[in-house]
Amino acid sequence: MSLFPEIIRIMAYVVGVLAFVGLNAAFLVWLERKVAGHIQRRIGPKEVGPFGVLQPVADGIKLISKQLVVPAQADSLLFRLSPVLTMTLAVTVFVVLPFGPSLVARDINIGLLLIFAFLSINVLALFIGGWGSNNKYAVVSAIRAVSQNVAYEVPMLIIVITMVMITSSMNLNVIVSQQGNLLQWHIFPWNGSILSPLAFLIFFVCTLAETNRAPFDLGEAESELVAGFHTEYSGMGFGLFFLGEYASVFVGCALASILFLGGWQCPLGIMPGVHWMLIKTYLLVFVVIWVRWTFPRTTLYGLLNLSWKVLVPFSLVILLVTAAQLKMPWPF
Amino acid sequence: MSGYFKEIYDGGKSLLVGMGITFRYMVQPVVTLQYPHETVPMTPRFRGHIDLACDQAGNHKCIVCGTCQRNCPSGCISLKGEKPEGAKKKLLIAYQLDFTKCSLCGTCVESCPTDALIFSKNYNLAGLSGQEFILDLLKRQEERSK
Repeated sequence: MSLFPEIIRIMAYVVGVLAFVGLNAAFLVWLERKVAGHIQRRIGPKEVGPFGVLQPVADGIKLISKQLVVPAQADSLLFRLSPVLTMTLAVTVFVVLPFGPSLVARDINIGLLLIFAFLSINVLALFIGGWGSNNKYAVVSAIRAVSQNVAYEVPMLIIVITMVMITSSMNLNVIVSQQGNLLQWHIFPWNGSILSPLAFLIFFVCTLAETNRAPFDLGEAESELVAGFHTEYSGMGFGLFFLGEYASVFVGCALASILFLGGWQCPLGIMPGVHWMLIKTYLLVFVVIWVRWTFPRTTLYGLLNLSWKVLVPFSLVILLVTAAQLKMPWPF
Repeated sequence: MSGYFKEIYDGGKSLLVGMGITFRYMVQPVVTLQYPHETVPMTPRFRGHIDLACDQAGNHKCIVCGTCQRNCPSGCISLKGEKPEGAKKKLLIAYQLDFTKCSLCGTCVESCPTDALIFSKNYNLAGLSGQEFILDLLKRQEERSK
């Protein structure tokens, strides 16, 4: 492997991933507003461009042209670092996501571990943003975000361990290759664990909580905390948080589709490719948006109770049952 | 222990019911009206500011009796008439409505002996100064009868 093509390769992937993250955020902002509109029997954005598709572009131009205000008493370094960190972590995770059989920036054999390592640092970015703002609302929000993320990482990782036990690989491309058609998807109870549908459900709920999406958006509870950890951010500082949030939503749903729904594989076994990955992921993203506009926000205690009293015990049961099933396949 | 599972079951079921409701709403047609592009048909009993009514020939029916002016509780109507040489009746030469003071009570319309006043359907009222709402009803009536 010579140096020059390697640099070209890295640059192509950096540009590609950044462009994808930007387009993904723009599309999701538009989709979110359209779905929200139709659920409330409005039509959502319609003025800028056909069906309002250019509305996120107009919003982006507005955000870029605004002044970045750093509050006088804020910790200047942490305040500036936080949005950049959020964005960087979300973008880095894209490096190991397999979009197609050969379309992956780095096909490394601990891809799953890397994703969870970076996603758990993500909460640190929110925390230093809330802390550095020197704003009481932001600090309360940061504390909530940390307790929430810690609580939901436990069941999520237990489920991931279960899936790694079934697939015996942490390489995302290998996990996808095992699920050639609809009947081989890991979501079905006859592939690996009899409790996998439940595992998928728990994983999805944890994804909602990990990405701070409604009904678990306690971190930015507008009615209580103004805007939570990004209360003091203006212009593109806020914009980067926004891009980062939508990138993490995409990553969460992409992971769910890779682990349980066969990633880039076609359900019928013909013409696998990047389109299947995008279809599956965006269907899950649609469910995330649908959930957001259906349910009211939970309380902090309700949220923590759900994690520690329901999701953790259930995921432990799944882990044990799967382990037993893998070791002695006879009763199943 | 059975209460624990029942709570999870009932909770999960109610979440699904909620999602079903929002999905049905999402696929139903929208109920909002895109106002500047679409407008609702005006209701017949809408009360805008007053206007002079037109008869079949396009003339107003005002006889300049001044009843509306005297009955207006806000004092926002002022009209002027004069008798041309050799004519029997007075002729309306100015009818001014100060809409900034009008309370839309409709006493003028009720008291008019010849039904010369109607409520207009004009609701697009926005202006940069109060002067824009001192309306010359005679001019409006002439423009409409053209």
